[in-house]
Amino acid sequence: MLTLNVNGRQHQVDVDAATPLLYVLRDDLALNGAKFGCGLGQCGACTVLLDDKAVFSCLTPVGVGEGRRITTLEGLGTEDNPNPLQRAFIDQQAAQCGFCIAGMIMRAQALLHHNTQPTEKEIREHMRTNLCRCGTHMRILAAVRRAAATMRSAATEPSPREARR
Amino acid sequence: MSDPRERVSRRRALSGAGALIVSFSLGRVLRAQELAPAAPGQPPPQPLPGSLRATPMLDAWIRIDGEGITVFTGKVELGQGIKTALLQVAAEELHVEPGLIGLITADTARTPDEGYTAGSQSMQESATAVRHAAAQARELLIEAAAKRFAVPVEELTAQDGAVIHGDGRRASYRQLGSADLLHVAAQPRSKLKGPGSYRVIGRPMPRVDIPAKVFGGVAYVQDLRLPGMVHARVVRPPSYGARLDSVEIGPVERMPGVVKVVRDGSFLAVVAEREYQAVKAMDALALASQWNESGSLPDAAHIYDWLRRAPSQEYIIREGRSDLEPSARSLQAVYHRPFQLHGSIGPSCAVALAEAGGLTVWTHSQGVYPLRGAIAEMLRLPRDKVRAVHMEGSGCYGHNGADDVAADAALVAMAFPDRPVRVQWMRDQEHAWEPFGAAMVTGVRASLDDGGAIADWQYEVWSNAHSTRPGGAGNLMPAWHLAAPFAQPVPQPIPQPTGGGDRNAIPIYRFANMRVVHRFIPGMPLRVSALRGLGAYMNVFSIESFMDELAKAANADQVEFRLRHLEDPRARDVVELAAEKFGWRSTVPARGRGRGFAFAKYKNLAAYTAVAVELEVEHESGQVRLLRFVAADDSGEIVNPDGVRNQIEGGIVQSASWTLGEAVTFDATRITSRDWSAYPILRFPELPESVEVHLIDRPGQPYLGTGESAQGPTAAALANALAEATGVRMRELPFTRRRIKAAIGV
Repeated sequence: MLTLNVNGRQHQVDVDAATPLLYVLRDDLALNGAKFGCGLGQCGACTVLLDDKAVFSCLTPVGVGEGRRITTLEGLGTEDNPNPLQRAFIDQQAAQCGFCIAGMIMRAQALLHHNTQPTEKEIREHMRTNLCRCGTHMRILAAVRRAAATMRSAATEPSPREARR
Repeated sequence: MSDPRERVSRRRALSGAGALIVSFSLGRVLRAQELAPAAPGQPPPQPLPGSLRATPMLDAWIRIDGEGITVFTGKVELGQGIKTALLQVAAEELHVEPGLIGLITADTARTPDEGYTAGSQSMQESATAVRHAAAQARELLIEAAAKRFAVPVEELTAQDGAVIHGDGRRASYRQLGSADLLHVAAQPRSKLKGPGSYRVIGRPMPRVDIPAKVFGGVAYVQDLRLPGMVHARVVRPPSYGARLDSVEIGPVERMPGVVKVVRDGSFLAVVAEREYQAVKAMDALALASQWNESGSLPDAAHIYDWLRRAPSQEYIIREGRSDLEPSARSLQAVYHRPFQLHGSIGPSCAVALAEAGGLTVWTHSQGVYPLRGAIAEMLRLPRDKVRAVHMEGSGCYGHNGADDVAADAALVAMAFPDRPVRVQWMRDQEHAWEPFGAAMVTGVRASLDDGGAIADWQYEVWSNAHSTRPGGAGNLMPAWHLAAPFAQPVPQPIPQPTGGGDRNAIPIYRFANMRVVHRFIPGMPLRVSALRGLGAYMNVFSIESFMDELAKAANADQVEFRLRHLEDPRARDVVELAAEKFGWRSTVPARGRGRGFAFAKYKNLAAYTAVAVELEVEHESGQVRLLRFVAADDSGEIVNPDGVRNQIEGGIVQSASWTLGEAVTFDATRITSRDWSAYPILRFPELPESVEVHLIDRPGQPYLGTGESAQGPTAAALANALAEATGVRMRELPFTRRRIKAAIGV
């Protein structure tokens, strides 16, 4: 029995520690965000955060996740309370089929977590690991830039509650 | 999305079935009428608009009842945004907010049969039908209100989901929408809203399918989890013709979680309680299998010779003189295109449940009705015992593994009934077994007259088939492997005017003489079928590359040379707009840089798209750096401008990936490009700096369909820009770094 912290909640799962994290997230925890794309670490559709680092959940044994924070798309935000990247992807309509999008958002989240002022080159290099087949790349980049800007302004401006004081 | 877990209410299911039966019989009556000669003095009967022709009953498309307004379509969401556009046209004509309309997409138990969602035809077929049905429904609601209020219809208007009278009386659609109000056949003509009064059409609307994709909802068939569901994996043969010689099943059956091993001839699958157990059991089963295989593939190094020598059927699709003497300025060229992948990011997936003598399959197929027929044939079940329900999958861009994996799931479910079976392919299975976009060869010879115009144009295209969709069971790949197999039928060419390998093979330009020949090759050593644009990708690449070669020979500007031969005013507008926005006439490329331009009217009867590109080639490495794309498009009346823009942007980037790097590889026996390292596609650092799309709206004009129109022009624009940047004309796709380096002689 393994104990996993996924999206801020503790879960007990009865699986072999060598099972790829992806299958545990999808089948045991019924989370849809991480997708199976290749099982080879070549496409990034399965990307999740381990602590604050983006990993391929299709290659990461679930045992590695014990004692660490695992975050999937579902852990970033909700439709009522979206995270800046989720909001930006909707604002930019940055999806066609959208199958890669969860991985794109998680990958970008890992970048923006430690750098809210990435250059265009840095964004493109960072996103290199993730494939999109519909050709939605230009919108994905625009969404990442937009989310970065949102995060920067949130970091420098007082929140509405603070402003009212 | 139509949630398959929802139990369709008996009333709804019955009324749905009833409506369909009635519509089919009426359809026959109408067709008979269309064939009957018109009575003297009577105008011939008008055909119904769009897909109403096949399914004329209004309540097959729109129902208004206690559950609100529901629209039904036989087309499917592929990430192209069709759901949103359909809601927009229905909302416009019904005068309600789009968010208040429910939408049910392709389901053989509930929706009209609109065949395949393919060929960029969903707007012409389904949106046209929904729009007319909505307009006619609105008028019927107004008539019902007129009766209720005992006032003339002229005093009533439809507004925000109700019919209202000037004196303040109102009746909601729900109050007016009795069971049989819309149970009538559509009329040929509708009172469509005029462009001047549009509130929803022509305005960008956020796609309704995106939130679930961004927040982790149930967005795909891959996300479907039915109670009691088990997971299956298929062990595919190592190569096309391989036969399963022997397999030791016992040890696999004893693996943890394994509940069944299914073997039927060379069809081999394993079922397990959990998904990863199925994956491990599949690996073990593959190791325990012995296959007989033999080399049957053509020599990859000489695939184009094979294509030109293979038995072919000749179709002269544009007759003209073939005996004109070459002029002083005659050119000829040959172009090549390899087999290319659809390459969906998510491998194909389906869920099937066999119970009570019937089968339901949840599928991302582009055509639930054809798939139902093929599966019924494969399982030897009556059609009405099979139901196919669409759910989205990963983008397909044509005929990928969607239908095959549905067949896999159906076969396994029949062998393991009463529990839903989910089958998902592995990456190597998707890469090796999907039907590829066909390899092609084109040859062209043309002569210029003294004035620098094209006087003679001789064009040939050699191509495999571009559609092997089901069809029958023989087009489902798993059915080839059964003990009682279904043979793959000999493919047939898709006739003009749309065409398959010869799609867009007839230039849209006006030449004094032109002759175009399609050489259709039925033999299919590598499995092929429809890939976005079909033959148009290659034909437009060839024609538009050659137009540049001829422009150079005529010492003319490439854009001016095209306009010289282009009469269609809408085509000219698109060419002019792209050139203007790109700054064609003012851009002087720096050393190592090149500009390219290309244009096509997709299928010669759909969207007009022009693409201009600027790029840079690093001389030492042959590395291409994409700088900017500027496109112009006319898709007729635009319903969702952002949807059109997204399709063109995506088409440009995808075609750039095909054109600069993609080719299926194979040896004498097996497909060898079985993952993303052996078949690389464009990654972020290789993207252009910008992609700009300019739209020409034609309010009131027919929808033209946008989904595939950028593929060909993008390829040719890249070829033309490479020629300008390097001084070398490249005619064999793809333009890899290695090939460019070799061409420029570094």
